[in-house]
Amino acid sequence: MTTMASTMTPSMAIEVHGLTKQYENLAAVKSASFSVPRGTICGFVGPNGAGKTTTIRMLLGLIAPTSGTGTVLGHPITEPEKYLASVGAMIEGPAFYPALTGLENLKVLATMGGIPIERAAELIDLVGLGGRGGDKYKTYSLGMKQRLGIAAALLPNPALLILDEPTNGLDPEGIQEVRDLLKKLASEGTTVFVSSHLLSELEIISQHIVMLRKGEVVFAGAIDELLLNQKPTIIVRTVNESDLEKVAAIAKGQGHHVTIRHNEAHIEGPHDYAPILNKLAFEAGIVLAQLTPTLPNLEETFFEMTGGQS
Amino acid sequence: MIQVFFAEWRKLRRPTLLLGTFAAALFFNGLITAFIYLMIDSPQGNGDRGTTITREVLALASGSVNGFASIGGLLGIIALCVFAAQSAQEYTYGTLRNLLVRQPRRLVLLLGKYGAMKSFALLLTVVNAIVSIAISFYLSDRAKVDTDLWFTSAGWSAIGHTLVNVYISIIFYAIIGITLGILLRSPISAISIALVWILILENLIGAVKPVTLDWMPGTQFSVIAQGGTPDISYSHALTLGSFYVLVALLVSSFLFTKRDVAN
Repeated sequence: MTTMASTMTPSMAIEVHGLTKQYENLAAVKSASFSVPRGTICGFVGPNGAGKTTTIRMLLGLIAPTSGTGTVLGHPITEPEKYLASVGAMIEGPAFYPALTGLENLKVLATMGGIPIERAAELIDLVGLGGRGGDKYKTYSLGMKQRLGIAAALLPNPALLILDEPTNGLDPEGIQEVRDLLKKLASEGTTVFVSSHLLSELEIISQHIVMLRKGEVVFAGAIDELLLNQKPTIIVRTVNESDLEKVAAIAKGQGHHVTIRHNEAHIEGPHDYAPILNKLAFEAGIVLAQLTPTLPNLEETFFEMTGGQS
Repeated sequence: MIQVFFAEWRKLRRPTLLLGTFAAALFFNGLITAFIYLMIDSPQGNGDRGTTITREVLALASGSVNGFASIGGLLGIIALCVFAAQSAQEYTYGTLRNLLVRQPRRLVLLLGKYGAMKSFALLLTVVNAIVSIAISFYLSDRAKVDTDLWFTSAGWSAIGHTLVNVYISIIFYAIIGITLGILLRSPISAISIALVWILILENLIGAVKPVTLDWMPGTQFSVIAQGGTPDISYSHALTLGSFYVLVALLVSSFLFTKRDVAN
C-alpha cells in the first residue's frame, strides 16, 4: 500500500488515521488512513459497498467512528461544528423536500447555515437551473436534481467540497460542465473530494486519489504516482472468442500476468511484446481481431487493485 | 437557533401544509362548535359522547370557549400528525443529512425545530380560538344563550385560561409526534401508531377498565385542553402529562443527538 504519509504537511484539507466503523457483523471501514492536500481535486473510488459513503459521513460528523482519528480543515472530526461552515457536501445523491421548489429548498439550507439568501438564486443560475428554480423539486429530472444537489453543496462558498457521485444522471454536456466547475473551483483554492464510478472522469480532473476496497485503503496518493507504478498492458481480442483462453495461456506460458474481462485479454507487458505475441498466436492458428498496447489508466489500475471484474 | 427556527418555517409555511392543516382544524372546530349551539335542545345531547351542555352552562363567563375547549384534543392530534410527519420525513427524504451539514449542533437543530413547532401551535391555537368564539357568538342568539358574562373580566380570564390550556395540550401532542417521528423514522408508522393508540386503544382499554384512563397520555392531554374534567383533575392531568412529555423530550434528544445518520 502506498500512502501519502511522507508528503503530509499542515496544509491538508483532510487527514484520517486508522478510521474504523464497525457495525455489529460488518466492518464498513477498516483502519483507513489517508490525506487530501488543500486546493487539489482528490478522487475517492472503490466498488459498491467499499465504504466510501460511510467514510464521507464520518468526515461530516453524521456517523461516529468506532475508532481512529481525523481532521477536516485542521479541526478534529469529533467537532464538526468547527469546520462544516466551510464545507459543502452532497452525500449519496441529492436529497430535498419534494413539495418545495428548487429555489426554496436552497433557501431552507441557506437560512439554516446563516448564508445570505441571495446566494440561492445565484447558484440556481450557476448550475443551469435558472428557468426551473421556481418549480417543485418533485418535478425535476434526475439530472436536475443532481444539479440542485451540487448547488446546495456550493452554498457556503466552501473551502472543502465533498461530492458523492456528482455526475449521476447527468448528460455528457452536464458531466463536462461539472468537470469544468470542479476544475475552476480547485484553481480558486477549493479542495474537492469527489467519489465517482466514472473513473475516466476522475483520471482527467484529479491530482490525487484514494482507493478503497472492502473498507480498506489500498492506495492514497498522487494519481501520477499510482499510474507510474502500473505495468503497461496489451489488450487482445480474438476473432473466435474461444481462442481467447489459448492466447492467455500462451502469454502466461511466457511469464506474463493475464486477466480476461469483457471478452478481452489484458496482458501485462511492454509494447514490443505485442509483435511477439502476434507471431505466437498466428503460429497457433489464432486470428487476432485486436492487439493494442496501452499505458495503464485509472480504470485498469482500479480493477487491478480492487480485484473487480477479472 | 433562530436560523433553524426560520429555516423550519420555510417548510411549515408551504401552502399545502399550512392551509391544509388549518383547513382541517377549522372544519372540525366549526363543526363541533356549531353542533353545541344548533343541537342544544336535542335529546341526543350536544356535547362529547352524548352529554348535554345546557344554556345555563353556556351562559357562564367561560361559555364563549366551551366549544374551543372541546376541540382542543382534536387540534392536538392534528398537530401530532403534522409534526410526526415533519420529523420522520427528514429521515425518509434523507434531508436530515443536509440540515446537519449546515447546522452540526444537533441539539440546537432540535431546539430550533421545537421552537418552530411551538410557534405553529400558537398560531393554530389563536386562529381556532377566534373562529370558535366567533361562531359561538354568532349562534348564541339563535340558540337563546345569554352572552352577557362572556366578555366581562371573568369572561376574558376564562378565554385566557382556555387558550393557555389548549396551547399546552397541542404542544404536548406535537412533542409526542416529533418523538415518534424521530424514533420510528417513518411518517406512516409514527402517525398510525399514535392514532391507533390515542383514538382506539386508550378508549378500548378505558371502556374495559375506566380507572386506566387516569394514566393514559392521550386522555391527560385532552383533559388539559378542557381545563380538567369531573373524573380527572387539571393538576393531575398536567403533572402526569408533563411527565410523559419530559420522557419524550429525553428520548428524542438522546436519539437525535447520538444516533448515526445513515439515511
